[in-house]
Amino acid sequence: MSVTAETPLLAKPPVFRITPPSRWWVLPFSELWDSRELLYFFVWRDIKIRYKQTAIGAAWAVLQPLLTMLIFSLFFGRLAHIPSEGMPYPIFYYSALLPWTYFAGALQGATNTIVDNQRVITKVYFPRLILPASSVLSGLVDFGISFVMFLVLLLYYGIRPTVAVLWLPAFLLMAVLTALGVGLWLSALNAIYRDVRYVLPFLVQFWMFASPVVYPSSLVPTKWRWLYGLNPMAGVIEGFRWSLTGRGGPRGPLLLASVGVVIGVLLSGVAYFQKMETTVVDVV
Amino acid sequence: MSEIAIHVEGLGKRYRVGERERYYALRDVLTRAFLAPFRRSQRRPKDYLWALRDVSFDIRQGEVVGLIGRNGAGKTTLLKLLSRITRPTVGFAEVHGRVGSLIEVGTGFHPELTGRENVYLSGAILGMKKNDIQNRFDEIVAFAEVERFIDTPLKHFSTGMQMRLAFAVAAHLEPEIMLVDEVLAVGDLQFQKKCLGKMEDVSQSGRTIIFVSHQMNQIRRLCERAIWVDGGRRRLDGPAKEVVNDYEAASLRMERNEIEQMPGSVAFRRWLIEHTQSNRLDLDDIPGKVVVKFQAVVKTEIPKGILVVSLRSDENAILWSAMYPDLQMKPGPLELNVSFANLPLNPGVYFWEIRVHDGHQWFDHMQVPEFSVVAKTDTDVYGYLKGALNLDVSFDLLDQTEYKLERS
Repeated sequence: MSVTAETPLLAKPPVFRITPPSRWWVLPFSELWDSRELLYFFVWRDIKIRYKQTAIGAAWAVLQPLLTMLIFSLFFGRLAHIPSEGMPYPIFYYSALLPWTYFAGALQGATNTIVDNQRVITKVYFPRLILPASSVLSGLVDFGISFVMFLVLLLYYGIRPTVAVLWLPAFLLMAVLTALGVGLWLSALNAIYRDVRYVLPFLVQFWMFASPVVYPSSLVPTKWRWLYGLNPMAGVIEGFRWSLTGRGGPRGPLLLASVGVVIGVLLSGVAYFQKMETTVVDVV
Repeated sequence: MSEIAIHVEGLGKRYRVGERERYYALRDVLTRAFLAPFRRSQRRPKDYLWALRDVSFDIRQGEVVGLIGRNGAGKTTLLKLLSRITRPTVGFAEVHGRVGSLIEVGTGFHPELTGRENVYLSGAILGMKKNDIQNRFDEIVAFAEVERFIDTPLKHFSTGMQMRLAFAVAAHLEPEIMLVDEVLAVGDLQFQKKCLGKMEDVSQSGRTIIFVSHQMNQIRRLCERAIWVDGGRRRLDGPAKEVVNDYEAASLRMERNEIEQMPGSVAFRRWLIEHTQSNRLDLDDIPGKVVVKFQAVVKTEIPKGILVVSLRSDENAILWSAMYPDLQMKPGPLELNVSFANLPLNPGVYFWEIRVHDGHQWFDHMQVPEFSVVAKTDTDVYGYLKGALNLDVSFDLLDQTEYKLERS
């Protein structure tokens, strides 16, 4: 039955005060909570349209890390003999590419999200934070698909996960928060300086070599390891390898530094994004 | 007295000139930062533009207020401030209730998604809850008249169908306060009428509405009060009919310097129907012959030019057009009479357009206000099949026996 009768107006409607942007930022928690449905709809839209009009559809989510893994195993493994901490090369590389492919994709999506949705944000108001958040979350579907592929690889190589696998969600969360934190910074910057769009591919490439994707972090000299840990993706990738295969073991100082940096990047990202949110519509 | 719905006090919005049009490249910012110490003192106030300045008013619950003014007067800026899309530079506003803004139809539509999916997406973006959308889904689709295509991707919809669906979603929002910007100018006349009817329903349901339109008839019909914004300030505020009349009168008598600023060698500044001395043509006392008077000021002599008069529909389609070659004009005032033996148009909104070639280049003069054709009896053929022309016709049905004989 459809409701045609006019719903009675609320006795005490909420009051919004519209004022010039203040110098201090406050995170509008209740507003964000009220917008959770919209967040869901944006995630759902991203997933729906991602592989529209492609011939093999979601198979791309598997093919991308799989082909990269093959190339890495061949060149860095077989030819360059980079140490893999005793793991078969395909496992060594795919376990790193899982979080890395997710991170790179989520970062790229989040960075472009404000610019891509400029028609919407100049026409209607909602907490803008939802946009980068939805790009970061929608990437998890691809992650899930390629994760299934990884389970097949584990079976093939006869590797049985240990209890360490229980830590996996924590490392995944860390990857999500890193992508969100950096994505908030870059999406706000990209709205004002379109240069970010061109810088991003280099940044991602550089970042990959600064992370233990193609080599183990044990190659980094011990005294520099805390510095290396300032790259939160180093902690994430080491964590993935360890929790999935039980080998390699997480390195305390590196992990601690990573967690600290993630929190810092996320908080500063939210702050900067909130500050930009008030003016971004005028310049985007 | 009902309670205040919107309270606006000293509201102002300042843009840096050009800020809205361009985005910065990092290089510009670096250059500016580098040069800043050398020219900080030279920052002139004219680098800024007040799109809206010192605007104050109160709107009570249930009021339907029309917002009028020329392009760039600050109407849209005001709506964007009230709907929190952008923040003010000075002043503040208090809004009592949830605000639904309808600044563009089809906000958030995605061509790859189906009609059904787009209804949900667009509804959510406009602030509806999933349950509300579910409850009103059938109503929305029926209103848009797209039942058969609802599960087809939107990219296969015609523009008209997309517009109808978009408006239908927006029209079924139920916030306490609605901000509507020019969206009734969508679709064919029949659908516009339906939208207008829907807006009337909404306005009678006790909701507060702020409504921007260039079609003064809509303002007259829907609003009890109108606010005229001019140059970013509130120029006049009062009963809709009075404000609209003053506004129309003012847009007819253009200031001298405005004529100077108009491009081209000749400025067309007003037009009217000779018979009624207005911009309306009432078909019920149609005089048969219709004379349309265009008044212009010639700024520089045109020794040999071309003039084209066109009549456009509200969807911008050219309905009629005629050329006057060998145009010769001397500086000074000028009147151009265009006489039609009859003007067989259906009721609706039309626009006159004049194009002039002064020997070097073309100039467009879209004529304001719009040309409205009205009639007491509106002859509809089941709604859908209505065109712009209202021709006298007669049908002759040939006897079928004769027809058969002819063929054999």
